[in-house]
Amino acid sequence: MKVALLGASKGMGRAVARVLAERGDTLCLLGRDRGELERCAADLAVRGAAGEVGIVACDLLEPSGFAPALDAAVRHLGGLDAVVVTAGLFATQEQLERDAGLRARLLAADFANTVQFCELARERLMAAGGGRRLCVFSSVAGDRARKPVILYGAAKAGLSHYLTGLDHKFAGDGLKVVLVKPGFVKTGMTAGLPTPPFAGEPEAVARRVVRALDRGTPVVYAPAIWRWIMLAIRLLPRAVMRRIGF
Amino acid sequence: MEPTLRVIHGGKEPARELPAEPPPSELSGWGMYPRVQGRQRLSENLERITEGATLTRGLGRSYGDASLPGAPGATVAGSVLADRLLAFDRETGLVRAEAGVTLMRLNRLSLPRGWFVPVTPGTHWVTLGGMVAADVHGKNHHVAGTFGEHVRSLRLRLADGRRIEVSDEHERALFRATLGGMGLTGHILEVTFQMARVPSPWIWQESEQVASFEAILERLADAGRDWPYTVCWNDLLNDGPGLGRGLIVRGRWAEPGEAPARRPPWRSAPTLPLLLPSWALQPWMVRVHNLARYLAHGARVRHAIAHPETFFYPLDVVREWNRLYGRRGFIQYQAVLPGPHDHPRHRQLIATLRRRRGDVYLCVIKDCGAEGRGLLSFPRPGVSYALDLPVGRGTQSLVDALNELVIAEGGRIYLAKDALTRAEHFRAMERDRLPAFQAVRDTWDPERRLKSALSVRLFGDAP
Repeated sequence: MKVALLGASKGMGRAVARVLAERGDTLCLLGRDRGELERCAADLAVRGAAGEVGIVACDLLEPSGFAPALDAAVRHLGGLDAVVVTAGLFATQEQLERDAGLRARLLAADFANTVQFCELARERLMAAGGGRRLCVFSSVAGDRARKPVILYGAAKAGLSHYLTGLDHKFAGDGLKVVLVKPGFVKTGMTAGLPTPPFAGEPEAVARRVVRALDRGTPVVYAPAIWRWIMLAIRLLPRAVMRRIGF
Repeated sequence: MEPTLRVIHGGKEPARELPAEPPPSELSGWGMYPRVQGRQRLSENLERITEGATLTRGLGRSYGDASLPGAPGATVAGSVLADRLLAFDRETGLVRAEAGVTLMRLNRLSLPRGWFVPVTPGTHWVTLGGMVAADVHGKNHHVAGTFGEHVRSLRLRLADGRRIEVSDEHERALFRATLGGMGLTGHILEVTFQMARVPSPWIWQESEQVASFEAILERLADAGRDWPYTVCWNDLLNDGPGLGRGLIVRGRWAEPGEAPARRPPWRSAPTLPLLLPSWALQPWMVRVHNLARYLAHGARVRHAIAHPETFFYPLDVVREWNRLYGRRGFIQYQAVLPGPHDHPRHRQLIATLRRRRGDVYLCVIKDCGAEGRGLLSFPRPGVSYALDLPVGRGTQSLVDALNELVIAEGGRIYLAKDALTRAEHFRAMERDRLPAFQAVRDTWDPERRLKSALSVRLFGDAP
C-alpha cells in the first residue's frame, strides 16, 4: 500500500508505521520536526519499507500547510491508497483548565484542524479511486464524558462523530473510513500517567489497527477489550458518573 | 547503506520545550532491591530528555542500584522509547541505532537476515545503551570478548550538555571509559556496532551432566577450546557428595544443512502476574527443583537443535520472573576469579559459600577470556561465578565475605549486578583501574553532574 502518515514519529503512529514498513509498504511521513522525521524514515527503511521513505513538513497547528503537504506526499508515493492520522495533542484536564493557550491549541489540533486535514485527505483519496482508506485515531475518551478528560474527550467526541458521518456517507463509495478508538496504550503520551488495568502495548495495538486498515473496518477499539469497557461506561447512569472520579 | 533522504516540502524546526516534570514513582532494578523514589522522563526524543538529567536508564534490568538516581527524588531519563534503527548495512552487518533499542527487537529483526548480535547477555530485555554501559559479556566471552569490543562509536550527551561522537579514533579515553562505565561518563544516545554473520538462525546444542564441582571446571575449560558458547549451571544448595554438580551446555550456530529450513517461531512470553510473598520461594523448593533438573537430564550427552531464544535466554520464557522472590527482592552476586581452572581458589569460594550457609538459588559458571577495552569492564581471564541471592538478614555479611575472598584472589565484581558491595571493598578490587576512570570523569564531568545510586555508594559521589 502507498500510505501517507501524519504523526508517525511518535507513539502509536510510530508503531503503525513500523508494521506497515515490515511488510514492505511504501510510506511518506508528515510531521513538524524534520530531524525526527529523518530518523524515523531511516528506521522504517531499515525495517523494510519499499523505496525511499518520504518526509514532508506538516504541522497540525498550521492548516494552511495541509494541502501542499498532502500533494507533496501523493507525488512522492506516486499515488495514494491510505492516509493514517495519529497526530494530536494530549494534556491533563488540570493543565487544560489552568492554561487557556494550551486549551486553544488542543481543541484546534484534536478537532478542528484534524477535520480540515481529513477533508483534504478525503478529496485526494476519492480522486485516486475506489477502496481507498482514511484511518484516523480518535479515542475512547470521546465515547462518554468523564471527569479526568472533559476537554480532550470533547474534542475526540467531535472527531469520532465527524468520522462516523463520513463512513455513513461514503461507505462503498470510493472511501473506507477507519475510526480507531485506542484505550490506554503505553506510549510517550501516557508516560507518567497511572497505568490502568488492560493497558495495551503499542506493537499489539498497531497490528490490530493495520488489520482494520486492510479490511476497512469502520470502528476499531484497540486493545479490543476497551469496546466492552466503554460499553459498560456508556451504560452507567448519570448519577453514578457524577459520583465517581472516573 | 544510509538511506537517502530529502525533504519534499520545506518547513521549519519547531520550538522545543522540555516536557513537564514527571510525577515521582518508585524505581528499582531487576532485583527489586534497593527501591528509591525518583522521577523518570520518558520520550521518543532521548536527546531532549537527557538535557539536565543525572543519569539515563534503560529497561532497569541491571539487578541492583546502577540504574537508580543518586538522590531520592532526582530525575533520570528513560531511553526505552528511543528505539530507532538508524542504519543497518545488510552487506557488512554494521548497525547504528538509538540507545533504547532492545536486544529482543534487534534479534527478531536481524536473525532472518542472517545476522546476530556478536555478544549477548542472558536476557534479551536489555537496551543497546545498557549493553554498552555494563559492557555485557556472554557465553562466548572466551572467543568474542565483551559487547564493547564490537562497538565502533558512540554518540554521547556530555555532562555539560554538549553532544559528541566518540570512538577509538576520537576521544579514545572517554570512549573506553564509557564501555562498562555504568552510564557515568555521558548519556549514551546512539550506538554503532558490528553484528556477526550466522550460517542459520538455529543453535546446535549439546548438554551433559557433570557430577562434581572440579569436573565442571575441567569440562568447561575443555569445551571452551572447541565451542563458541559454553556455560554451566550449578547446584550449590545440595549437601554432601552432590555439592557443586551441574549441567554443562555447549553450543554453536547450526549449519544450514543441520537446521530446519524454516525460521525459528518467535513466542510471546506470559507474565508472572503477581509479586509473590517473600516466603513463597523456599530453599527446599529450589533444592528439589535443582535435583529434578539434574536427574531429568540423564547421564548421556544430549544433542538438540535449539531455538536461539531458549538457548540464550532461558529465563525470558516468563516475563517479570523477579516477582518470584517477593518484596524483599534479591541480588545477583557475580565475580570473576583469575587464573587457571584447577587453581585451589575456586574450591575456596565454594567452601566460603558452604560455611556461610548461603542460600544460593542459582549458580552459573562461565569462562572468561581476555580483558576488553573498557576502563572498568568486568571480565578478565579466569572463571566467573554468578549467584542469585535472595535478600535477607545474612546477605550483606555474605557479600562482604565473598568480596574479601575476591580481593585476596585478585578478582573483581560485576557492577551491573551489585547492590551491597562496600566502597572500601570496591576500591581495593579496582585500585589499579579506578584512578584512570575517575580521571576521565574529572576531565568531562568535574562537578559530577552524572551519577547514580551506585556511584554514590561506590565511587564517592555526593548524593
